[in-house]
Amino acid sequence: MSNDGQNHADRRSLREKDDDEDGSDVALPGASLRLSRRRFLAGTGLTAATTAVLEACKPAAVGGAGGKGAEVAGPGQVPVTLQVNGKERTVSLEPRATLAEVLRTDLGMTGTKVVCDRGACSACTVWLDGTPVCSCMTFAMDAVGRAITTVEGLSSGGALHPVQQAFVEHDAAQCGFCTPGMVMSCAALLQRNPRPTLDDVRTATSGNLCRCGTYPKVFEATLAAARRGSGGSSGAKGS
Amino acid sequence: MADENGKVAVQTGLVFPGGSSLSEVERAVPSDEPPPWPLNAELSVVGKPFPRLDGPLKVTGAATYTADVRLPGMLHARVIRSPHPHARVKNIDVTAAERHPAARAVHVLEHMRGGAKLRDPKQETPSKFPIVRYVGQPIAAIAAATPADAEEVMRLVKVDYEVLPFVVDLEEARKPDAPRVFPGATEQPATAGGGGAVPNVPQQGNVRGPTKTGPLGPPRGDVEKGFEEAEITVENTFRTAVQTHSALETHGVVADWKPEVLTVYASTQGTSTVRDELAEVFGLPKGKIRVVTEFMGGGFGSKFGIGNFGVLAVHLSKKASAPVRLMLDRKEEHVNGGNRPSSVQRLRVGAKKDGSLTAIHLTSWGTGGTATGAGAGNVAKNMYACPNILIEESDVFTNAGPAAAFRAPGHPQGAFALEQVIDELAEKLGMDPLALRDKIDIDEDLGGRNVDSAARRMERKIGSQKFDWARRKPAGSDRGPVKRGLGVAQSIWYRFIDLDASCEVRLLRDGTVEVLSAVQDIGTGIRTALAQVVAEELGLQPKDITVRVGDTAFPAGVPSGGSRTTGSITPAARNAAHEVRRRFLADVAASMGARPEALSLKGGKVLLGDDGGRGIPFRSAAAKLKTEQITASRSRAHDYGGFAPGRPGMNMGIGGFGGVQFAEVTVDTETGIIKVERVVAVHDCGRPINPLALESQINGGILQGISYALYENRVLDRRAGVQLNPNFEQYKVLGAREVPAIEVLLLEEYQGRSSTDAGGIGEPATVPTAAALANAVYNATGVRMTELPMTPARVLTALAAARKGAQ
Repeated sequence: MSNDGQNHADRRSLREKDDDEDGSDVALPGASLRLSRRRFLAGTGLTAATTAVLEACKPAAVGGAGGKGAEVAGPGQVPVTLQVNGKERTVSLEPRATLAEVLRTDLGMTGTKVVCDRGACSACTVWLDGTPVCSCMTFAMDAVGRAITTVEGLSSGGALHPVQQAFVEHDAAQCGFCTPGMVMSCAALLQRNPRPTLDDVRTATSGNLCRCGTYPKVFEATLAAARRGSGGSSGAKGS
Repeated sequence: MADENGKVAVQTGLVFPGGSSLSEVERAVPSDEPPPWPLNAELSVVGKPFPRLDGPLKVTGAATYTADVRLPGMLHARVIRSPHPHARVKNIDVTAAERHPAARAVHVLEHMRGGAKLRDPKQETPSKFPIVRYVGQPIAAIAAATPADAEEVMRLVKVDYEVLPFVVDLEEARKPDAPRVFPGATEQPATAGGGGAVPNVPQQGNVRGPTKTGPLGPPRGDVEKGFEEAEITVENTFRTAVQTHSALETHGVVADWKPEVLTVYASTQGTSTVRDELAEVFGLPKGKIRVVTEFMGGGFGSKFGIGNFGVLAVHLSKKASAPVRLMLDRKEEHVNGGNRPSSVQRLRVGAKKDGSLTAIHLTSWGTGGTATGAGAGNVAKNMYACPNILIEESDVFTNAGPAAAFRAPGHPQGAFALEQVIDELAEKLGMDPLALRDKIDIDEDLGGRNVDSAARRMERKIGSQKFDWARRKPAGSDRGPVKRGLGVAQSIWYRFIDLDASCEVRLLRDGTVEVLSAVQDIGTGIRTALAQVVAEELGLQPKDITVRVGDTAFPAGVPSGGSRTTGSITPAARNAAHEVRRRFLADVAASMGARPEALSLKGGKVLLGDDGGRGIPFRSAAAKLKTEQITASRSRAHDYGGFAPGRPGMNMGIGGFGGVQFAEVTVDTETGIIKVERVVAVHDCGRPINPLALESQINGGILQGISYALYENRVLDRRAGVQLNPNFEQYKVLGAREVPAIEVLLLEEYQGRSSTDAGGIGEPATVPTAAALANAVYNATGVRMTELPMTPARVLTALAAARKGAQ
C-alpha cells in the first residue's frame, strides 16, 4: 500500500544496524542515526536492493563491511582480485570505485545497468555471495573475497536461467533497461523461496524501478518460473 | 484484386471478444501495393502473440544500449551547467581546465537548442554567450580520459554570471510585474528534432497566448449562444503537475567524429531526426552522418533531437579526435531531459436535459519552463460531438527546464478535466456515465475531426461487462473509513502516418531473410512486429527473420512518436516482402516448370497448387535463386483513400485510435491513501500485429497514468529555482507494490487504409487513466479531486473541505 512503505522499512533497517556501529561516527542532521560513511554505503547498498532481502542477508552485510579492521588502501590505484561469475578477475582500481563502475568500465560487463547511481532503483542489482545488492552502492573493494554474480553469469552453458526464460516467454521486458536488475532480484527470490506468492514477488521487486510499466509481466514470469521449479537448483556460477 | 480503377473491396469494422461487426467498403489501392490482407483470424503469424525476438539479449544483459557503447580510445565528457535560474554569462575561463593533464577537449556552447526564442533577438542586450534561463542550462563541456578525470576537469571551468531576477512559480509568472523569462515575444520554431509552436501568438509578459487555433482547427460555432441554449452547465477548475519523463536510460550519445564520417550512437526515438539535426548544426551532408540506436532505454517523447549535449559531444570528439561518451546523469535527466508541462484548466460544459452538449469552453494555461507546449485542449476539442467549442490555451514561461513531447502531449491533462466534467454532468442529469457517453460520443466529422466512436461504443459495452460496471453504487455510499469506488474515462488519439518509412527485405540463397530499416525499437517491439509482417508474407515464422534496425545506414525509418511507428513502417515491410515473394516465386517456378501463380508460401514451404501440403522446404527453394540474393526496398504509401483533409503539414489519417478504461479504487479516508485495485482497459489500434507486446504497452500506459495521477510531481524551490527532487527517492514513480490487477481487452479495428492496416497504442493507452482514477475516487468518496497528483494530503484536504462545506 504504499506510498511510503518501503522507506519506512529502509529506515528501520538502518537503525538496527546502528546498534553495533564502530568506527568514526557521523551525526546526520535532523536524525538520530549515527553511521560511518563506509557503513552507510554498505548498508544502503543492501537495503535498497529490496526490503525482503534484508532478512536474508543482514549477517553478510555486517561481516562484509566490518571485517577488515584498520587496513588503509589508496587513494591511488590498488590491485584487487574479484571473483566474478566464478572467474578471478584482477583489476587496478581506486578504492572509491563502486562495483558497478568496475564491472561496467574496467571489466566491460555492461549487462549491469546504472540508472540512479544512488541505490533508489535497483537497476544495478548483482549478487554478493548469492544476496542481491545495489552495485552502485557497493565499493568494489568490499566485494573482494566474495562471489559476485552478474546478469551475465546467471545463464549457464548457453541455457537461460529459468527466470530469464520465463521473462522472454511472458514478455517481461519492454525497453529492457531495468531487466537485468529485475532478473537478478527475481532469480534471487526463487533461490531463497522456490514457492513465492504474488506478494513475495512484489516485495522482491519493490526496489526495482521500471518506467515502461512491465511489472505485471515480471510478476507473471517469476511465478511461472517458480511453477516450473527453478528453485535454487540452477547453476548461477560463483554463488 | 483491384479492378481497372484500382478499387478493391476490403473488410472494415470491428472484431471483438465474442463477436464482430464488419462491412465491406471499396478502397482505391495503388497497383503496386499488395492485395489487402484478410482478417487476423485468417493469417498465420500476424495478430498472434509472439515473444519479442530480442528478449534473450535483454534478459542476459547482452543488449547493447548507447550507455553501454565502448569504443577504443573513448573519452568521457561532463557538462558544466548554470547554478542560476536566470543569468547573463559575463565570462568563461577554461584555461585551468585545459591545463589539466587529463583534459582532452573543452567546448563552450555557442547556441542553445530547444525551447522558445525571442521573436526579435535585439530585444535582449547582446551577449557573447547564450542567456541562462534555468538552473542546469548547459554552458560548456569537457572531455577527459576517465569519468573521474572528467569530474575533476569540469570543476576547473570558471564561469562568471551576472545574476538576473527569475520566476519559477506558474501563478507568479502570470503576473504583469513578474520577472520576464524572455524580454519580448517568442517563437518556437520546429527543428528536425521536433518542437514547434503556433507562430505569431500574442505575448504579454511571460504569458504567450491565448491560442484559439491549435493544430486541430479554429473554434467551432458560438459558445456564448451554446451556453444560452444549455439547460444545465457544469464548471470546474483542474490542475496538473509537471511530470518528468524519467526514462531509465538517460539522454546521451557516443560521438565519433572522423573526417570521412560522423558516427553518433544515440539514445533516441529517431535515428533519422538526430541525423537530420546533426546535418543542420554541423553543415554536413546527411550521407556523411551515421546514427545508430541498437537498443534504447525509454524515451516517452523526449528523445528526438540531438540536444545540446549531443552538439557538445560532437564538438568535443572533433577537437579531441577521439570518440566521446556523454550520457546525462539522473539529476541532469530530470532537469534537462524534458517534461510534461503543468496545466490549470477552467472547463465549462453546457448540455440539454437529454445529455446532448451545447457548448464546451476551455481556458487553460500551464508552464513548460522555457518552452511552449502546455496546451491541454485537444481532448475537449475532439472527444464528443458539440456544435460550439472554444479552446483558449496559453503557455506561461518560467525559469525552468524546457518541456518536451511526453506520451500524448496535452491529453492526460485534458482528459483529467473533461472526463471528470462529463462524469459530473451525468450525475446531474441522473444518467449513467456510460449512457451519457453513448449519447454524445458520436461521429460528427466537422473538418477532419477524428472519428472512432463506433470502436469506443463497443469498448464501453464489453469493458463494462468485464468490469461488472452494474455493481457501481452512488457516490460516497460506503460507510466505513475505507471506501470503494468505480470510475470510467475515455481515450482518443490520432492516426499519424509518416511517409518517410521504408524497409528493405533481402532473401539470400541459403534461405536467410533479412529486413532492414533505420527505424528504432524503443521498447515497443517493432523489431518483432516487422519480423511477423515479413514472415506472414513469406510463409515463415518470426524467428526465421533477421531484423536489423536502428541505423541510418539502412532505408529511412520513421521516428517513434505519436503512436505512428507501426502504422507507418509495417506497410513498407510488407510491401518489400511482397515484392521479394513475387520475384522468389518467379525464380522457383521457372526451376519447377510451374507457373508462379500456382505457387504459394506457407508453413515454411513453397507449395505447388494442391499437392496436399508437401511442397519444397523454403530453404531448398531459396537455393534455386538465380542470383545470390533478391532485394526489394519499399516505402509507406499514402493512406488508401487519402489523409484527413484540413491538416496542413501533418499526415493525419482518417479515423483514430482510442480506448475506454475502467478503474476500481479504495480510498482510505483516514490516511488519504488511494489504492488502485483493478483496471480494465479496452483499446483499439487498427489491426493488432503482436497482441503480446500490445498488452505490455497498454499495461505500461496504465501504470504511467497511475503514477502521474497519484505520485509524480516535479518540485522547484521558488526562492532558488532549483529542482528539489531530481532523483528517484523524492520524485516518486510507481513501483511494484502499487501495481493493480490489469485486464486488457483488444479490439481488432479494420479501416482498410494501408497494406497492413496497423496502428499504434503508445499514447492512447495512457490518456484516460488519471481521469478514470479521479472519477473512481469521486464515486468512492463523493468528493471531486481537481488536482494532480492526488496525494494523501490533497485527499484529506478535499475531504475536510467537503465536510466543512456540508456543515
